[in-house]
Amino acid sequence: MTRKISYKTAINEALDQEMTRDPSVILLGEDIVGGAGAPGEADAWGGVLGVTKGLYAKHGDRLLDTPLSESAYVGAAIGAAACGMRPVAELMFIDFMGVCFDQIFNQAAKFRYMFGGKAKTPVVIRTMVGAGFRAAAQHSQMLTPIFTHIPGLKVICPSNAYDAKGLLIQSIRDDDPVIFCEHKNLYGSECAVPTESYTIPFGEANIVREGKDVTIVSYGLTVHRALDAAESLARKDRIEAEVIDLRTLSPIDWDTVMESVEKTGRLVVVDEAHPRCSLACDIAAYAAQHVFEALKAAPQMVTAPHTPTPFSPSLEDIYIPSADAIVAAVGKTIARVKAA
Amino acid sequence: MNPNIEAIVMPKWGLSMSEGKLTGWLKQVGAKVAMGDEILEVETDKIVNVLEASATGTLRRVVGEIGVIYPVKTLLGVVANDDVPDAEIDAFVANYATPVSDEGEGAVEAAPRYEFIETPYGRLRYAKRGEGDNAIILIHGFGGDLDNWLFNIETLAGAGTVYALDLPGHGQSDKRIAEPSIDWLASSVVAFMDAIGVKSAHLIGHSMGGAIAMRAALDQPSRVKSLTLIASAGLGQEINIDYLQGFAAAGSRKELKPLLEQLFNDPSLVNRQLLDDVLKYKRIDGVETALRGLADGLFHGGWQSAVFAEEVKASKIPALVIWGEADRIIPSAHAASLGPNAKSEVLADAGHMVQMEKANRVNELLLGQVKS
Repeated sequence: MTRKISYKTAINEALDQEMTRDPSVILLGEDIVGGAGAPGEADAWGGVLGVTKGLYAKHGDRLLDTPLSESAYVGAAIGAAACGMRPVAELMFIDFMGVCFDQIFNQAAKFRYMFGGKAKTPVVIRTMVGAGFRAAAQHSQMLTPIFTHIPGLKVICPSNAYDAKGLLIQSIRDDDPVIFCEHKNLYGSECAVPTESYTIPFGEANIVREGKDVTIVSYGLTVHRALDAAESLARKDRIEAEVIDLRTLSPIDWDTVMESVEKTGRLVVVDEAHPRCSLACDIAAYAAQHVFEALKAAPQMVTAPHTPTPFSPSLEDIYIPSADAIVAAVGKTIARVKAA
Repeated sequence: MNPNIEAIVMPKWGLSMSEGKLTGWLKQVGAKVAMGDEILEVETDKIVNVLEASATGTLRRVVGEIGVIYPVKTLLGVVANDDVPDAEIDAFVANYATPVSDEGEGAVEAAPRYEFIETPYGRLRYAKRGEGDNAIILIHGFGGDLDNWLFNIETLAGAGTVYALDLPGHGQSDKRIAEPSIDWLASSVVAFMDAIGVKSAHLIGHSMGGAIAMRAALDQPSRVKSLTLIASAGLGQEINIDYLQGFAAAGSRKELKPLLEQLFNDPSLVNRQLLDDVLKYKRIDGVETALRGLADGLFHGGWQSAVFAEEVKASKIPALVIWGEADRIIPSAHAASLGPNAKSEVLADAGHMVQMEKANRVNELLLGQVKS
């Protein structure tokens, strides 16, 4: 039996193994140094939630603790990438990304294009996404759609430890800038993960549950809500839902999603982002345009509301798409069929 | 407890199986069943297989529901003769307690199900079942791993100590293959025997593992008690090179599925979990290099370069050959290569993975070979 480790440990292991394999891999970020046996002031926590704990003791000064200036060190990471390094920058919360938009959107994402294909920018920006952490409106957003909008960026959001390790190793080896989104409420979730290094190719969605009646598409934390909903639908309503975990948001695996919709005729997209111009809109629109004939009902979207994330715990809990909301959305697609 | 009442329980096929899904009853309540009749279908996380009746009588009760996942050894049905009163059957069902598994329920997670050992050929993973001096070693084929024996290992454990290893480059063993040749792989199996302290053993090889077993037996005849060659390489020149190269190159579920389907007579046996497991293996660093090296080194130009049929015939090593008639990887005509002195059986309605598809018959043959 393969051993089980957490999502957080899987990310740590991916960073460790890639730093061991490739001397051009370096880490930059705020308070990322420290942990396990490091001497003196370096014996720190290893990142705000301890993801890089222990790496300084093994890899020393290839971990750089930076000043509290995201725009400076994200720019430095991008510049180092353009000069031949493979930097991984940790930008605690995706909510803080705003101060480095020029570096990301206008520089990293454009270098390959602006320099006629002569430049590459193999940088990874790791960042935490998502609500449910009681961290209020400025530390809880799912800003993935902002990045999927930009050509030249790759956007990844794993839902489990196995995918987190394989996708992060792929991200580090990839020659383009990658925004690697880690859901902070999944850090403790465990699954079987090989001890060896492995990669998962970008643009490959994962069918996490097979079904014939309705397609539920999601990514990140809400994949687990979708699975809960599918379980309930199978038990109570004898509806077999197919659940697809996108894993990589840009590039996106249209084939897997659309083939599933063609099979089931019904689509529910679950996205923790706000509804307007989101992955949910994108996928619903794509299905309506490309597989309209196969649809037996209007595609349904289950998203967070168009409001900031509430600080009130009870409000925050209903802000995140729930299994019940997903079941209700599936009910809308099935009810249409019954009425017809 | 009435000895005339026979419980039908969720089987345990291989080390990793802790539960299975009952997907169909092949007999109805009241039907006569004879020992060996196919009685129900179970889907594990690897594959679908049929469970055969272990007793003769009437199917008196069906307890297991279709579509439900049950732990191993859960009561699914009852077979008994017609003269056993209903009340006794009902009491049997009511009092049936699912036995704790061999390892003990709590120990399942704590005790490792697989072991690792350092050898000059790298760190190799293996599974060990059974006990006693009669050692049996199971050697999988190209791209396979020790789980290819999941329907065989428990049965064989009744005849001795069974070891199933992951060859170098495969499963969870080290992925480095220094020299892609049958000689090198055969030496790795002998090194494995040294490391685990087995002086001599019955070697059972599937596909490429059969060629490895033959080479090991020819090199070290004193250490091999018998050879069992299942859909084996090394008995003729022909091999489906498109499969081997395709398997080495396949990078997605879509590319892999039609290839894996060629391994079975019934392609529907290839389920999503089986595909996922193979894909996860293929994505480990070093695997593609190892597999491409083997495909080129062993089957250069699309032909098997190592054929040992004449050498094995000339040796006095007892050999048994088993094949699936519908094998699309290595033609079943090779089953006759060892001539009349070797026992050979070709099974209908089975493909290359005959030890999975016709596990019950293959297990009978294997037991006959290793018990002597």
